[in-house]
Amino acid sequence: MKDLRPETEAELAAIVRDTSEPLRIRGGGTRPIGVPVNGAPLTTAGLSGIDLYEPGALTLVAKAGTPLAEVEAALAEEGQRLAFEPMDHRGLLGTGGEPTIGGVFAANVSGPRRIQCGAARDFLLGVRFVDGRGEVIRNGGRVMKNVTGYDLVKLMAGSYGTLGILTEVALKVLPKTQVTGSLACDGLGDETAIAALCRALGSPFEVTGAAHSQAGPEGAARTVIRIEGTEASVAYRAAELQNALAAFGEFTIDTDPDSTKATWRAIRDVQPFHGTDGDIWRLSVKPTDAPGLVARIDGAEALYDWGGGLIWLCVPKGTAGQDIRTAIAKTGGHATLIRGTRGGGVFQPLAPPVAALQEGLRKRFDPKGLLNPGLMAQAREAAE
Amino acid sequence: MEMPAPNPDILSKKAELVTRLLDILPADAVISDPAETRAYECDALTAYKCPPLAAVLPSTTQEVSDVLRICHEMGVPVVPRGSGTSLAGGALPTEDSVILGVARLNEVLETDYGNRFIRVQTGRTNLSVTGAVEEDGYFYAPDPSSQLACAIAGNIAMNSGGAHCLKYGVTTNNLLGVTMVLMDGTVTEIGGAHLDAEGYDLLGLICGSEGQLGVVTEATLRILHKPEGARPVLIGFDSNEVAGACVSDIIKAGVLPVAIEFMDRPCIRATEDFAQAGYPDCEALLIVEVEGSEAEIDEQLETIMSIARTHDPVELRQSGSAEESAKIWLGRKSAFGAMGNINDYMCLDGTIPVSQLPYVLKRIGEMSKEFGLDVANVFHAGDGNMHPLILFDANKPGDLETCEAFGAEILKLCVEVGGCLTGEHGVGIEKRDLMAHQYGEKDLAMQMAVKDVFDPKWLLNPAKVFPLAASDAHRIAAE
Repeated sequence: MKDLRPETEAELAAIVRDTSEPLRIRGGGTRPIGVPVNGAPLTTAGLSGIDLYEPGALTLVAKAGTPLAEVEAALAEEGQRLAFEPMDHRGLLGTGGEPTIGGVFAANVSGPRRIQCGAARDFLLGVRFVDGRGEVIRNGGRVMKNVTGYDLVKLMAGSYGTLGILTEVALKVLPKTQVTGSLACDGLGDETAIAALCRALGSPFEVTGAAHSQAGPEGAARTVIRIEGTEASVAYRAAELQNALAAFGEFTIDTDPDSTKATWRAIRDVQPFHGTDGDIWRLSVKPTDAPGLVARIDGAEALYDWGGGLIWLCVPKGTAGQDIRTAIAKTGGHATLIRGTRGGGVFQPLAPPVAALQEGLRKRFDPKGLLNPGLMAQAREAAE
Repeated sequence: MEMPAPNPDILSKKAELVTRLLDILPADAVISDPAETRAYECDALTAYKCPPLAAVLPSTTQEVSDVLRICHEMGVPVVPRGSGTSLAGGALPTEDSVILGVARLNEVLETDYGNRFIRVQTGRTNLSVTGAVEEDGYFYAPDPSSQLACAIAGNIAMNSGGAHCLKYGVTTNNLLGVTMVLMDGTVTEIGGAHLDAEGYDLLGLICGSEGQLGVVTEATLRILHKPEGARPVLIGFDSNEVAGACVSDIIKAGVLPVAIEFMDRPCIRATEDFAQAGYPDCEALLIVEVEGSEAEIDEQLETIMSIARTHDPVELRQSGSAEESAKIWLGRKSAFGAMGNINDYMCLDGTIPVSQLPYVLKRIGEMSKEFGLDVANVFHAGDGNMHPLILFDANKPGDLETCEAFGAEILKLCVEVGGCLTGEHGVGIEKRDLMAHQYGEKDLAMQMAVKDVFDPKWLLNPAKVFPLAASDAHRIAAE
């Protein structure tokens, strides 16, 4: 079936108002996470373009279907960037197409720098969206501090198009830093590595990345810590961190622009698991719980980001989702199936009172159940 | 300011309500004597006062749940209250409501440095959260001016910011989890010690919902290690426009200070008279603070000062010691007190795009003449969060009304230039009736639909945030 591809917000609203059939909503279609939606495919790619960019105010407004690459290129020209470092899912999920800025926010996609500067949702200042009745709704604005009414902006972030179809996003951007330093130590066990990362993150040295890969570039375990700033400042903090972490192992410093970029891109995009055939899970936990949790899951390989708080898990194809759920129930946190065998639900099941709130919101925003039905829906996932 | 008429049915059930509350709370936690409920008649927006039917001071989440269940059953509105420091009337009661104060929920439940969080009961004051971890080198970042008194519960309700949020964000960026009691008494747990809670971003929704969705009794907050050091520089300019341009240039240059504070001439004068901080006699001044090691601070300040020099500053004063730093901050920190010393004042809180600073300041100056009331401006310039202080005389008939009308015009101006009505104080009752200038009918209806989900009977802080005409249908339908 040919995609519905509205070119304006009004056209999109009319489609939603007039349809009797559910809609399968996507931006660039690079992040097909969750159960497949039965519905007419609709892409926001026709709603494209940067509407406003004020480097001196650190704000940018773009239509939701604007390619992420276009936004990043515009920012780079002014020496700025999306500080939350959104992951590119194409390598991990084997998808093609162009990621869109709306898709980034709809899935609240953040990378390694989330640990220091916040998630995608923390940078989203305002939204326009079309709800399930075909009404255009506006919330937030384009200023950095705004407590005028309820924050539906955050609610839209990470709701995977189930509450509304984003048409425009206003976001906060940040200056690029001059120099990146990447400290690395090979051969640490998971427990030691996470302890070292926690120590680094608990220092005053503004760590902007803290990751541990069980299988690093040369196959051995590698623990990496990122610092960013001016040349002098990076050199100073690298030395301080090397001292502070000496008890855990010897950390070497790399400040080469290309190789540090490659190091952190590999972590951001979960490269160690590209081309593997296992099932991929994404877990968010309290960092110090992470190594024990991974050890309890049979055959699991892990890439830890966010100082251990984010676990990318590769488990043998067909591993029962229940095994993961049982393990995480002991520690708290949540798990999402990103790629592979469904059957244990994709998103974390919610406690009944919270599930009731979520369901209630969904009915209000999309009373006819037209927007990505089945996605983020416990009942539907359980029935699968 | 209009509030809904009290419901006579509820007023007539006061004795029954108090008896039921006394069944579940200790006697000293239920306040119903009119002489004592008066203590809860207003918050920091003192122009409006109304004693509640009763006030309760629960000590546990279970007690909060029991109170809410009883009020829910009896259809009694509940107004949650942190420390009562709201400048927007967020904790203003109605005659037929129960004030639910969280002051006795003030324990630290858990500190975890490895995972960098603290879990507290929400009656705890903002500053005492930092107080609980600062000996070990940590702090809780959001720092509203009222931090000595204000409670975490209120910070969450209003999504409070502070001078340092340019770098560290506001409450919503530092909140990891909550225990929240819904109006029907249901206890919910959202988020935890991990990042980015599961499901929809309900934490984001709760933050800034002004006590209308639930009562947060416990919060897991992100804590950070203190920076090695911090140092401000004071820069004076002979016009607001130039100061505004300098702010924009600093941001564009890629330096990210922790704070960029702005004061205009009326404010500088008043604080000089009051606090003698030694500020220069000029039209506008900036206080820019950076953090790091000594060498890192030197490097950043050098960049900032070289940018400032291109704008012909009349004064450029780098702090050379802790004492000098304190002196630079002294005037800024005593600004509100200094204004209060001169006259009554109303503090506004609109936010504007930074690029609009010079224009908005110029317009405020013009309007000040039109309305015949003086204004001083002191605000967080880095993020465009204005704090115009309008001076008036509460004893002079009509002055408060003129002041409110002037304030409303300033806020409309903020919206017009692409900003918003409130950056960190909240809507409360103060800006309730201006909401239609910021949002369309459908936008507001969508927000009210959220309240329908969390509090279908519209009993929690019902007459706030939304214009009464807009929320009428929801509130009356629920009765």
